[in-house]
Amino acid sequence: MKHERRRSWIVGIIAILASIVIFLVPFAFIFLTASKTVKDAADLAFTLPTEWALFENISTVLQTNQFVVLRAFINSITLTVTSVIIMVVLAAMAGYILDRRKSRWNAIANFFVLAGLIVPPAVVPTIWVMQMLGLFKTMPGMILIEVTFGLSFCILLFKSFVSSIPRELDEAAIVDGAGPLRLFFSVILPLLKPVVVTVIVVQAVFVFNDFAGPLYFLPGNEGVTVQLTLYNFQSQTLNQWNLLFADILLITIPPLVMYMFFNRQIVAGMTSGAVKG
Amino acid sequence: MVSTLTPSGVQTASNQARPRRRRRSPYPLWFFAIPGLLFIVLFAIPTFASFYFSLTRWTLSTTEFIGLDNFILFFKEPTLVSGFTHTFIYAFLTSAAKVVLGMLLGVLLTSKIIGRGYLRSVVFFPVLVSTIGVGLTFKILLDPFNGLVNKTLAAVGITGPGWLTDPSLALYSVIGVDVWKGIGIATLIYIAGMVAIPQEYYEAAKVDGSTGRQMFFNITLPLLRPATTTVILLSLIGGLRSFDLIWAMTKGGPGFTSDVIASVIYKQYQAGFYGLSTAGNVVLFVVVAAIVVPMSIYFNRQEAPR
Repeated sequence: MKHERRRSWIVGIIAILASIVIFLVPFAFIFLTASKTVKDAADLAFTLPTEWALFENISTVLQTNQFVVLRAFINSITLTVTSVIIMVVLAAMAGYILDRRKSRWNAIANFFVLAGLIVPPAVVPTIWVMQMLGLFKTMPGMILIEVTFGLSFCILLFKSFVSSIPRELDEAAIVDGAGPLRLFFSVILPLLKPVVVTVIVVQAVFVFNDFAGPLYFLPGNEGVTVQLTLYNFQSQTLNQWNLLFADILLITIPPLVMYMFFNRQIVAGMTSGAVKG
Repeated sequence: MVSTLTPSGVQTASNQARPRRRRRSPYPLWFFAIPGLLFIVLFAIPTFASFYFSLTRWTLSTTEFIGLDNFILFFKEPTLVSGFTHTFIYAFLTSAAKVVLGMLLGVLLTSKIIGRGYLRSVVFFPVLVSTIGVGLTFKILLDPFNGLVNKTLAAVGITGPGWLTDPSLALYSVIGVDVWKGIGIATLIYIAGMVAIPQEYYEAAKVDGSTGRQMFFNITLPLLRPATTTVILLSLIGGLRSFDLIWAMTKGGPGFTSDVIASVIYKQYQAGFYGLSTAGNVVLFVVVAAIVVPMSIYFNRQEAPR
């Protein structure tokens, strides 16, 4: 027993040291460089700043180019919140019907769900369709794109969760005279709360971090999202590493906060959704 | 069996309660309507249209049918062909690394060691961080002269290579960073798989005098099959479509040495060759379908008997 405990300490300490070098140093580097002055940051060294300038850097970043980063944050948050809400409602309804009702549409729906998970979206034809509908380069269009591409994963999660809710509940509500909408929104949806939280957290992180989507479907300065500012920023402010890293730090904060509060749901969502594959 | 029995059971139950009142199902199919419409308009139509547009010279307003020219160009032009092979290298190496390292970390993080909770969080956190942010950070860390990695190597007397500037190395450096960022999901899936293995198996094996190694190869490894399947499929799907990280770190360079299909699609789109870009999309579609679909069928069949 004593031998085993000593081993647990030795292995643990080695693992912790390795994790610091491999995983924490890059994040520490982001933080330290973001806190430096331009001159200080120029040599890209992993040192403490000679002069702490984190807040100055962040406010400079936010003000650059007529507050482009600030506008990008507003855009990203609008995009994330709206698309996640729509996704949750639509996916919960679809997943629920997919589990409860056996019809010939199920096969088609299941096929669409799997296709949505596997098939890479055809970029230019999607732009073509969006242009015809007047949705290209618009925020509503981008929201619908995020919803469409995220639905598959959410429907799978909801479907498997709905199957664990006993049908007796539905029957009781039907006997009491609840219509389909009432049944879903006041009986089923409240019971889906755990999986709703999971879907919200996982999809919020995905949409917020999405780069290729806005790059293709929401180009231009008007609807710029945070991931793209990072990109523009790097090419414009060459050698202003402190500002680049202050921007990286800024866009890392929302997922970090999410992770701190919803650690368990994220982990549950990633694994359960994944295992269904 | 169960699924065919339950609906009729429900039917009779509700019929007894309210004879012949309610013929309509309480589960209306129009709940599918909006998701279905979105899927068809923004996903199915573009996918089908891509097959046609890949055969054209296309400017969004005019199309000119040119047959298979785009595909011929795609497989003749060396810079485009290399993107094709890099996609395979990228997908297979990241999947392999994620399986091996993910399993090792899974074993480590389910064993009794100190700081387990901390280690799990720290391994998983990069998954949640912006890919572009990670890419740009590592681009700086891997800088051949000023980067932290090469400076550290120089301190112990090794001259580090130009991780992202050496044409023969760039793709592999990006692959390394991809593994760094994505290993958390693989580890998590393996941890979930290991926790699900009943402890009795190990106790029984211990009573029979098995060593740790025997237990790993004869109990853990076979029972982790479903987890391995998931990790392989997920990282293949992700790896074949990978774009963000490559774009942030190398933009497919130096030259075209780290281009993949997804980055080729974007470059051709930017250059205004919409037909060629869409042909790239079709190629990617075929590649993903040709690899992932048979694999998932194969894995499913393997798992069925148990």
